Amino acid sequence: MMRSARSLGRFTLAQKEQRLAYFLLGPPFLIVSAIVLFPVLWNVWLAFHRVRLLDLRRFHWWTLETTLNNFVKIFTHHDFWPALKATVLYTTGGTLLALLMGLVAAMMVHQRFRGRGLVRATFLIPYVAPVVAVAFAWRFLLDPRGALMTGLLGSGILEQPIHLLGQRPWAMISLIAFEGWRYFPFDFLFILARLQAIPEELYEAACIDGATPLQKFFFITLPQLKLVLLTLVLLRCMWTFNKFDDVFLVTGGTGGTRVVTIKVYDFLIGELNVGAGAAMALVLVFVLGAFLFVYFKWVMSRAEEE
Amino acid sequence: MSRERVETGILQVLHGAGLLFFLFLVAFPFYWMIVASLKPLILLAVNPLDLWLSPGELTLRAYKEVWFQFQFGRYFTNSMYVSAFTVLLTVTLATLAAYTIARLRFRGRIFLSRSILIIYMFPAIVIAVPMYALYTKFGLRNDLHGLVLIYLAQTLPVAIYMLHSYFKTLPPDLEEAALIDGCSRLGVIWRVTVPLSLPAMATVALYTFMIAWNEFLFAFLFLDSPSKFTLSRGIVQIADNINVSQQLLMAAAVIATVPIIGLFLALERHLVRGLTAGGVKA
Repeated sequence: MMRSARSLGRFTLAQKEQRLAYFLLGPPFLIVSAIVLFPVLWNVWLAFHRVRLLDLRRFHWWTLETTLNNFVKIFTHHDFWPALKATVLYTTGGTLLALLMGLVAAMMVHQRFRGRGLVRATFLIPYVAPVVAVAFAWRFLLDPRGALMTGLLGSGILEQPIHLLGQRPWAMISLIAFEGWRYFPFDFLFILARLQAIPEELYEAACIDGATPLQKFFFITLPQLKLVLLTLVLLRCMWTFNKFDDVFLVTGGTGGTRVVTIKVYDFLIGELNVGAGAAMALVLVFVLGAFLFVYFKWVMSRAEEE
Repeated sequence: MSRERVETGILQVLHGAGLLFFLFLVAFPFYWMIVASLKPLILLAVNPLDLWLSPGELTLRAYKEVWFQFQFGRYFTNSMYVSAFTVLLTVTLATLAAYTIARLRFRGRIFLSRSILIIYMFPAIVIAVPMYALYTKFGLRNDLHGLVLIYLAQTLPVAIYMLHSYFKTLPPDLEEAALIDGCSRLGVIWRVTVPLSLPAMATVALYTFMIAWNEFLFAFLFLDSPSKFTLSRGIVQIADNINVSQQLLMAAAVIATVPIIGLFLALERHLVRGLTAGGVKA
């Protein structure tokens, strides 16, 4: 019916359908272009110009001076390499902890037991709650005068209070713990869905061969989960690498947690230097792009071949 | 005893203990949030470990103060407005676009269905710098509708992807019958596809609501006047105020958390399906 080029008025049905398609796709396409694609491109432009926030209110903002100074400024900034290092540390730690917790949680919920549905729903709550609300709850709990320190001091495990959110290396450790706590539900959900799709026969065959539960886990479950685990590492690495909210709200960048996104914010809001902020954001995209390239080329494609 | 039975026994014990540990880990911060919002500050300051709720000492004072004096009633309305508006637009636009990609023939269709998700891989902070500049320029910065526009751009790709995968699983026969009977394409979407896809649309609606309700970065960067604040923005605002106690802040946190958790638990089945179908950027 769609292929018959029966003429209706001036247009064939196929042409009419094509016009309708562009009409329906138009609004989302415009919105996404204006709010995602255009800013990403404009960000490149901003990074190579001398732009302060006030300049953008002027009419002729495109007459601004072209410069490489933004990059000189950020690369020679005393905080640049530490920020990159903190970002990598935070991303690696946060991704792996969330993945490990998600795997353990999924293995536990995969078994049948009473109240399983409720447990599954409860496990997802940290991921659904507003980041601002949980970040402040964590901040109060980890405060030197908060519940955790009082408990540790009172039971004699610690003699001196530790400033868990402001002191090296504890701030980074706390941040990674928060990351694991908040995002393990995401990994949990995907791993659980994959676990439930593993054919039962594989386990039955292993049972007949007398395999122990640990052997079953390492020789059946883990290989079956490989692809979903690698995909989750990819997604979580990417999102943690770009993360601003959690770091800003939990530690505010103190105690060795000043990651690249916090530096972008510092340039933009602290110094009102749009050019330097854009340049820093560009560095973030480049490092992430390089990581994605390597990961796809070396890890994902090989895993898919197997 | 065989190795198999030893391992099974140990794992069974670990299973129970592990579940309890995880449940504690997940629930404790929320429980503490509630206790800290209800208990007079002085009691918690004297002994931060006294986390029992005894009926006599509870007080709703913090909630009243936050809601009325600190304008959280207003922020709540703003959050609701932004989230509901985003949901309405995202679901409508995504349904039409997803149907188009799933069913209509047009040039660029294959390219589009493969590249939808690439769009949502761009980091928010990269978008934040130019958007801040752009919104400042066009006066959209201190405006809730500016936020809605940003949330739309963030949720549309995933929403379209999720709905388009769902529409592809529907049999096209019914739609073709309706077309032959003289129904227009839009009529088909409204009368055939939408009624068949209500669960999938509920998933998308929930996911979108969650993103819009919880969003922090753009609300924080763009909103200046307190009358426009969303809940997330309002909480950060009062956190900077040294006169605001931990109790008030936690009451505010509870106010922001309860609606979204309530909605999630009520519709959990839908959301779970949606989360795994599309993946959620966070």
